[in-house]
Amino acid sequence: MPTTIFQAKAIHTMTTTRPMATHVAVRDGRILGVGTLKELERWGDYRLDTTFADKVLLPGFVEGHAHASAGPVWDGTYLGWYDRTDPEGKVWKGLKTVDDIVARLKKADAAAPGTGPLIAWGLDPIYMDNVRITRQDLDRATTERAILITHASGHIMSMNSKGLEDVGLLKQGLNHPAIPLGADGLPMGELLGPEVMVPAATRLGYDRRAEEANPAGMKAFTKVCVRAGVTTIADLARTYTRDDVDKMLVQTAAPDFPICLVPFRHGRDMAPKDLIAYMVEMKAKSTERLELGNIKLHADGSIQGFTARLRWPGYQNGAPNGLWYLAPEQLTEILEGAFENGLLVHVHTNGDEASELVIDTVEKVLKKIPAADNRTTLQHCQMATPAQFRKAARLGMCVNLFANHHWFWGDEHYKYTVGPERAERMNACRTALDMGVPMTIHSDAPVTPLGPLFTAWAAVNRLTPSGRVQGEAEKITVAEALQAITLGAAFTMKMDHLIGSIEAGKRADFAVLDEDPYKVAPEALKDVPVWGTVQGGRVFPVAGL
Amino acid sequence: MARPALPVTVIGGYLGAGKTTLVNQLLRHSGLRLAVMVNEFGALPIDRDLIEAEDDALISISGGCVCCEFGDDLAGALLQVAGMDPRPDHILLESSGVAIPGSILTTLLFLDGLRGDGVVVVADAAEIRNTAANTYLADTIQRQLDDADILVLNKTDLVSEAELAEVTGWVRSHTKGTRIVPAVHGAVPHDVLLGSVPLPRRGHKVSGHAEALFRSRVLQPDGPVDPVALARALAEGDLGLVRAKGYVARPGGGLSLIQVVGARWTVEDATDDHQTGVVCIGLKATFDADGLARLGPLEPVPA
Repeated sequence: MPTTIFQAKAIHTMTTTRPMATHVAVRDGRILGVGTLKELERWGDYRLDTTFADKVLLPGFVEGHAHASAGPVWDGTYLGWYDRTDPEGKVWKGLKTVDDIVARLKKADAAAPGTGPLIAWGLDPIYMDNVRITRQDLDRATTERAILITHASGHIMSMNSKGLEDVGLLKQGLNHPAIPLGADGLPMGELLGPEVMVPAATRLGYDRRAEEANPAGMKAFTKVCVRAGVTTIADLARTYTRDDVDKMLVQTAAPDFPICLVPFRHGRDMAPKDLIAYMVEMKAKSTERLELGNIKLHADGSIQGFTARLRWPGYQNGAPNGLWYLAPEQLTEILEGAFENGLLVHVHTNGDEASELVIDTVEKVLKKIPAADNRTTLQHCQMATPAQFRKAARLGMCVNLFANHHWFWGDEHYKYTVGPERAERMNACRTALDMGVPMTIHSDAPVTPLGPLFTAWAAVNRLTPSGRVQGEAEKITVAEALQAITLGAAFTMKMDHLIGSIEAGKRADFAVLDEDPYKVAPEALKDVPVWGTVQGGRVFPVAGL
Repeated sequence: MARPALPVTVIGGYLGAGKTTLVNQLLRHSGLRLAVMVNEFGALPIDRDLIEAEDDALISISGGCVCCEFGDDLAGALLQVAGMDPRPDHILLESSGVAIPGSILTTLLFLDGLRGDGVVVVADAAEIRNTAANTYLADTIQRQLDDADILVLNKTDLVSEAELAEVTGWVRSHTKGTRIVPAVHGAVPHDVLLGSVPLPRRGHKVSGHAEALFRSRVLQPDGPVDPVALARALAEGDLGLVRAKGYVARPGGGLSLIQVVGARWTVEDATDDHQTGVVCIGLKATFDADGLARLGPLEPVPA
């Protein structure tokens, strides 16, 4: 059994007994021990690897809420405001004007000519004083083929005239709030909300799920992970069949597959009883690199889309309350089945009423099935109140907060959706920790960029695009944020016995950094360069991608 | 001229209201070729004995009916169903228990050849007030009621007469212009729900075993009438109608097809090869034949 001892400038272990070390010994993909070289030599023959002699090791980062589409989304053209790095490492400059957008679309059309729709993403006109981008603007890029742009928030689509024509919407007489019209009585180019976006996208033959299933897309996704120092990631969520699982088993078993993938399965297309039986069967197929059997549910929609379920006083602009995506009875039935069978359920709850429903339901189900260690996790949980955090903690629940939201849409929440007071306590990391709720933070990539250090930076600094600090009192420390993106996330995924810290017996998963994130200024946390990762003892340098 | 648009009816209402029972009643008794589309958590919505064959995508049902799930791609599923040969007579979209049913009809904006016929919301007479009192659900239930053209107040056999009067009053005070139809086991005549009214002919009667509850008359204007004004009067007048459908001659020539579902009405141009006359159906208890007669002559009631 060959043993490798990695030497590093510093190793931050996330353990209490030995928080720092200089060496870590690895055998069979697992950590044999962490300490000094002298201590580790007791394990017998070894090879000393000094690749990381000037690097800093942390436990491999664990992203608790992203989507595999963060890879294949790059098949489309990026149109966002901020610079963003693609899976191959190319930095796409952020676009600041409509002319820039038209120019990049034109270039994309010329680079990959064809008749199929030109897909683009990441557009966010809120940074351009909320300019309305019209179909006529986009017609300047092409009138020959459809253009389909998904905005960064995910709640708006923009199309050119050809696109609207292809989906049957370039016609007079439409009268629907989700399809704003121009002065000529025809749609102006924006589609607002899923009830019109989904049919439009499917009419154009654009299918995100097919992209996720394709091996090239998964490869791109894993590259995004390595660049971000991520070794374990929850894909939250997808719908997988037995066939899909067989394919994933083959794909993840490849010797160069650099992550442990944790796909949570949608619970919405099966009767609860069938879902539970299916997930029990799937869980047994889990491997070192594919953790199966977890369930994802959606309780409500989004805050910017005004579809999240809010408690009184609701939306600041008076919009009606949002939508439920499942009925309380269905939630009860699925949680009962999951608790009985030891399955993990994560529930999307953006609004505080949605969080309340899940907390209430867990309490009710626990009276019947005492699943003390249920770890039912509220995903996003953006508006939870201190009382909700207190109760969630007592019920054995966890939260995964959307720390990045302040940086991307914090000013919107402050001005329009929920108002200053509730905006300041959104994604209340400090309160969650103080109330004793196991907590992690996430990117929801590709909604925001995958990058646990960036997410940690967002939770530590709570800056908005306009430069305000939103909720000074909800800031957490760098050490707490780094714990959240490692052991914190692992706990919510019921994997903290396997990953999340550097200690004997755990998987040899490391994030390899060029600088020490504990030593840089908190404002610079997001700029700490990632050299690469070690996953299951295998080394993956970013430079080798 | 193209074939008439394929009508789509949304069947909404909270869990346990009896949507599935109502759909099965229609499959059994309507005599129509129905396509049922469902979006609920996977539970099979069709009575076993009606199923002829099942594959992954489609369930074949006796009488030439089919059932499929639509998932994320409702538009695609609708097109597929509309493209089937032979084409169904009517599509029933059974929405999930917490869905706002009217918003589902939005998808039809993308599709030519399909027509939103109306929204039928099913409510459990014994439970609706409890569900609406649940703070999590109150506004969802209200929005479902808001969208209803026809509200089927189901399971009336489970409440006393006094309770039925009370819950009917409650529903009335929570809706505007919605036609309330009481039912047991989801049994409502198909021509009331789906407007699958045969072309007007002498002596037409509402079919179905619940007909004792309903009354039907045929309005036969003497000559050309403004179809929009007539449709509006049928839909918005207080005539106790649930459904009206038929052809009238327009001033200046040509025929128009009038369709009324509750307070919702549509008028479209029609080919000349139809007999004129508008079948009007309503609950016997509230049917205002005199009021209807003020809009035009009624065909005599058959002996």
